[in-house]
Amino acid sequence: MADAAALVSSRWRDLDKLLLRPGNLVGQNFEPGPELRDDLQEYAKVLVVGAGGLGCELLKDLALSGFRNLDVIDMDRIEVSNLNRQFLFRLQDVGKPKAEVAAKRVMERVTSVNIVPHFCRIEDKDLEFYNDFNIIALGLDSIEARSYINSVACSFLEYDSEDNPCEDTIKPMVDGGTEGFKGHARVILPGITPCFECTIWLFPPQVKFPLCTLAETPRTAAHCIEYAHLIKWDEVHSGKAFDPDDSEHMQWVYAEAVKRADLFGIPGVTYSLTQGVVKNIIPAIASTNAIISAACALETLKIATGCSKTLSNYLTYNGLEGLHTKVTEFVKDKDCLVCGPGVLLELDTSITLQEFITLLEEHPKLLLSKASVLHRKKNLYMQAPPILEEMTRSNLSLPLFDLIGQVSKDVVHVNGMTNKNGKKTSSLRKLRVIFKGIDGVSDMDTAGGA
Amino acid sequence: MAEPKTKYDRQLRIWGEQGQAALEKASICLLNCGPTGSETLKNLVLGGIGSITVIDGSKVEAGDLGNNFMLDESSIGQSKAKCVCAFLQELNDAVKAKFVEESPEALIETNPSLFSQFTLVIATQLVEASVVKLDRICRRGNVMLIFARSYGLTGLVRISLKEHNVVESKPDHFLDDLRLNNPWPELKQFAETIDLNVTDLVAHKHTPYVVILVKMAVEWAERHGGCLPSTREEKKEFKEFLKSKTIALDEDNYKEAIEASFKVSTPRGISSNLRQIIDDSAAEVDSTSSDFWVMVAALKVEFIANEGDGEAPLEGSIPDMTSLTELVTGFVISSAVNLSRTLLLSSYDSETIVLLYTYKTDHCQLSCRHYVNLQKIYQAKAEADFLVVEQRVRNILKRIGRDLDAISKTNIKSFCRNARKLTVCRYRLIEDEFNSPILPELLKLLTDEDYSVAVGFYILLRAVDRFATNYNRFPGLFNG
Ligand SMILES: [Zn+2]
Repeated sequence: MADAAALVSSRWRDLDKLLLRPGNLVGQNFEPGPELRDDLQEYAKVLVVGAGGLGCELLKDLALSGFRNLDVIDMDRIEVSNLNRQFLFRLQDVGKPKAEVAAKRVMERVTSVNIVPHFCRIEDKDLEFYNDFNIIALGLDSIEARSYINSVACSFLEYDSEDNPCEDTIKPMVDGGTEGFKGHARVILPGITPCFECTIWLFPPQVKFPLCTLAETPRTAAHCIEYAHLIKWDEVHSGKAFDPDDSEHMQWVYAEAVKRADLFGIPGVTYSLTQGVVKNIIPAIASTNAIISAACALETLKIATGCSKTLSNYLTYNGLEGLHTKVTEFVKDKDCLVCGPGVLLELDTSITLQEFITLLEEHPKLLLSKASVLHRKKNLYMQAPPILEEMTRSNLSLPLFDLIGQVSKDVVHVNGMTNKNGKKTSSLRKLRVIFKGIDGVSDMDTAGGA
Repeated sequence: MAEPKTKYDRQLRIWGEQGQAALEKASICLLNCGPTGSETLKNLVLGGIGSITVIDGSKVEAGDLGNNFMLDESSIGQSKAKCVCAFLQELNDAVKAKFVEESPEALIETNPSLFSQFTLVIATQLVEASVVKLDRICRRGNVMLIFARSYGLTGLVRISLKEHNVVESKPDHFLDDLRLNNPWPELKQFAETIDLNVTDLVAHKHTPYVVILVKMAVEWAERHGGCLPSTREEKKEFKEFLKSKTIALDEDNYKEAIEASFKVSTPRGISSNLRQIIDDSAAEVDSTSSDFWVMVAALKVEFIANEGDGEAPLEGSIPDMTSLTELVTGFVISSAVNLSRTLLLSSYDSETIVLLYTYKTDHCQLSCRHYVNLQKIYQAKAEADFLVVEQRVRNILKRIGRDLDAISKTNIKSFCRNARKLTVCRYRLIEDEFNSPILPELLKLLTDEDYSVAVGFYILLRAVDRFATNYNRFPGLFNG
């Protein structure tokens, strides 16, 4: 037993150098001492979103940084093409859920850590699940998923009567992303630093070829491939959906693309390019993922302990020609729908929940369809799953005013679908509702939040 | 074993078969397998590096478990090199993994020839004196050296090798090689076959912008005493001139031409960067010269001055260019996609659509042919340039007494395609850096907003290591 205790304390020999000693570059509320490590291990709960290239690294780095309570969520299963960088997986793991294997492997080697895996979609978890964590670390490869987690983390943010963010409602996020030799790491403190949506313009729109080019004037190999994939497939396989993971389907598209390219004298169609174009494959290497994840894990440690000042607020890394890094301090969009105080809706006390949901669909700032409505952890109406829909359906005909306890103003969360660049995406929005003609709002002081 | 192509798919998309082959040929030696070194090897092993040799004389302590994932509780008391090596081997069975349980410092003293077998040595956390010695050993043996030092939340990486030549440097942003400022005869002839003064709107819209610019530049030069637009005023005028040639508002090809019009005015000839490379004394080749410099010599000796017309070999690829606009799309889609056709039928009778379809299709195919033909002209020129350079390379090889086929066609081709982007990096000896730092350079960087912090840490890290050399311990308020 004595040996085990000694092992535990000497394992953190190097971490203690950061946590026990004062310094000049530390965070604002840094209080060095052994209690800090104890607190970190006892209370800090971190959620890692994604168990891919970044997620594997993040779990390892966070476990080695002294965190003891980690969760990881990922809906994917392990594929052979992951093995060049997702170092927690082996060939015999192919087909197994990433989150589960990743959690198990890290726990095997770093015995002090407890990692709870969640093999599901991020949308499958309710708000309470996310609220349980002190920090959320994102290792994702899609804009939609980032946007969703961002809206969840921002939904916890409350503002005081002066429209200043309440500090204890801030849910910090650390976000990493890579593409080939390039990557970024950023710290998002909702209400203080820009959220993902504030700087959505950083992500350029995806290149889409006009259908007419594909159909009539292909000029590049990619045009020929997209013709086979988007036009020819449907013409030949009426009704049968194309499955990018079915290699027979991919072979068919490849063969058609080659025919097309020959017809127009266009070089360069290969099977590998066909896969790349059809599945929109992002190139990825181990070292970029390791560098970006290490930056994210360190920021997570700094946020949790204050042992050093945090990144403010966006790091870009480029290892393409030599090596370049740059830190940019982006500013918040004060009108941001996601991290701002929330869209203000002035309502009649008579409005029913059903009418409220219809209003969200037509509201020019929201345009939110199929909304579920949440008030203070209580589901007022849920679109899914069917059992919850049935349980909450009777609320639709009741006045919203009564449903939220007849208060003059409050915050409600709505979760529905919005249209982003022609693509339906899940969106969570925070709304400030105020009821007309009720005491306390006659002065039109509409700034108050919850 | 997994199909390597699938396993390495995501990286092959970056560095290709050639890059992967180079990686698989490389043998790496790591000195000291702390977290910095172990993590570095991990990322190389995952990618399929040829072989690794881990050299470390220490035994695993409990404290190592807090920073090195390659070690676990069962490793305590064992050789660190052995444990790290075993974990790394588990990551990729295609990699040959070896370890040597000896102190790197001692090996540098006693067995310097050991290092000559490696492609590259990664030295981590070495004391100053050993770094300097190792650097000299590596230079002599033509072995690349990467020196890495981490210290708390800071660290540095230093590359040291005599010379590093990059052919496929793949820079982030690089101007395409359209040669609009200096078109060769075949390109001009092709442009002449296309009439820009057609009144047919669709045909007008379908002319690739390259053709527009070549023709307009000729027209401009005729009116300006044979000169191309060069001053700001002239460039502006040239843009106006292009704009005046549009016959509809939505001609994307003309918009592209206006946007790209500066390419007509860029200075002719090779860049100063390439000039510096061909003027390098290493381009005076003999039997000891590397393939890279033999190929540079081939460029230098005559190609650029003769067939090249002052230019490097042509790259041979052209960017995609749009030649269709919204106006036409509705009809074309209708014919291609049955669904759209039925939608349109509500407002047009089917005969009209079929008629319009054939009409547009003709033009579309015309424009596509333009593009593909243009591509062929660029490719043909690149191929011709390559053949000339190849001949020169063979001549030089013969002259310096090497096998005529010592450099493969593929390599010469790649060299020609990337001639404008060649990069030569040279590094000082670490000993020189330590003993005679270039102070004005340091002072300049210290006052530069972008570099002052990094340079500050560089000086601090150097001071820390000098302190450690002198006092045999690291500075700080507390122990360790
Ligand atoms: Zn925002």
